[in-house]
Amino acid sequence: MAEKEEVKLLGIWASPFSRRIEMALKLKGIPYDYVEESLENKSPLLLALNPIHKKVPVLVHNGKPILESHVVLEYIDETWKHNPILPQDPFDRSKIRFFAKLVDEQIMNVGFTSMAKAEQKEREVLAEQTRELISYLEKELVGKDFFGGKSVGFLDLVAGSMIPFCMERGWEGMGLEVIKDDKFPEYKRWVKNLEKVEIVKDCIPPREKHIEHMNYMVKRIRSS
Amino acid sequence: MAESRSEEVKLLGMWVSPFSRRIEIALTLKGVPYEFSEQDITNKSSLLLQLNPVHKMIPVLVHNGKPISESLVILEYIDDTWPNNPILPQDPYDRAMARFWAKFVDQQIYVAAMKMVGKIGEERDAAVEATRDLLKLLEKELVGKDFLGGTSLGFVDIVATLVAFWLMRTDEIIGVKIVPVEMFPEIHRWVKNLLQNDVVKNCIPPEDEHLKYIKARMDSLKIKSV
Repeated sequence: MAEKEEVKLLGIWASPFSRRIEMALKLKGIPYDYVEESLENKSPLLLALNPIHKKVPVLVHNGKPILESHVVLEYIDETWKHNPILPQDPFDRSKIRFFAKLVDEQIMNVGFTSMAKAEQKEREVLAEQTRELISYLEKELVGKDFFGGKSVGFLDLVAGSMIPFCMERGWEGMGLEVIKDDKFPEYKRWVKNLEKVEIVKDCIPPREKHIEHMNYMVKRIRSS
Repeated sequence: MAESRSEEVKLLGMWVSPFSRRIEIALTLKGVPYEFSEQDITNKSSLLLQLNPVHKMIPVLVHNGKPISESLVILEYIDDTWPNNPILPQDPYDRAMARFWAKFVDQQIYVAAMKMVGKIGEERDAAVEATRDLLKLLEKELVGKDFLGGTSLGFVDIVATLVAFWLMRTDEIIGVKIVPVEMFPEIHRWVKNLLQNDVVKNCIPPEDEHLKYIKARMDSLKIKSV
């Protein structure tokens, strides 16, 4: 497919949702134009392309906007068929989609709420709930290098961008240890594997800056 | 490309659940025979707990012994497995739009609608207003179309039956006409189109029984209907 493609991504450096799209585009070797958006000051372009949610990421392909990170990932996989992100088998696909929802709907909610609580006791209760949810992912990793098997796939991009390279940084900044080494050996092994993958390494927010950013966001939420 | 191998398809669901009914619509549209197992979520069966240990919720589709949970995931599985009478469009961009709107129904409209329940006075009015604001977006999508899927029923229509046959059946318990025809003529026209489809008509809870159930449930939860 050597036709001229125009791919643009509106994102935010600290957003796991936009980072996972960058990983997917890099995995497929798709050249794209990146536009950094500001949380506080949304560009007229973003507001025009995503009037409903006014959120990143927005992928624009040949002028047409696609929204919602899971929808964008599926679109990328269906449009550029080499280096597939999703497995071929329908049942395997359903498991990946199921766990991706678990990450972004339950794990994310409980995890971020655990950071937002002012009381240490409340934080610990939510941290425990988060651990329970992550234990389902732990089970999925047994005997595998990645959720995608031998190489990274959809769930690695979703869970990777969200948990080790976003939520854990938030917890670290607060001095909270949620995912303990002895309880989550498969998860820890998986993170080490991820850290060795070029496209993941290139697409995660810089550590120190990110921890600082998460601290700032937590303070903002707690004071609101 | 309908496979004629022996298939064992079972659906754990509930007659009043929009999430369970949408799976029945999809299976019926594709002519997939299935065994339905009515579940009681107030007294969860060991089968349900075994097949969906993470969420312990219906619907769960079991195909040749393998369980699939989460209604949108199940719908995609059904379309992937039985490609006849496709539910999702073929074109990647159109598929992206369908997935976006389906998420919008389940994560925005449904969540806003739930906030209307059990509220009275100003709080109730604000919740109704918020729900209507979201419904206006669905209204816009229907202009010039018979269905959200275009000329025929598709993925978003199946998911949005939640609006047509659940949200639009809660007027009595909320105490206000949530989706008045003057404000939402396209939605009303779309509901009529849905009801002309035999599969939809036969796969939704019968209105009288459904309304009785909703009222009884609200009464039992001691929620005021204004």
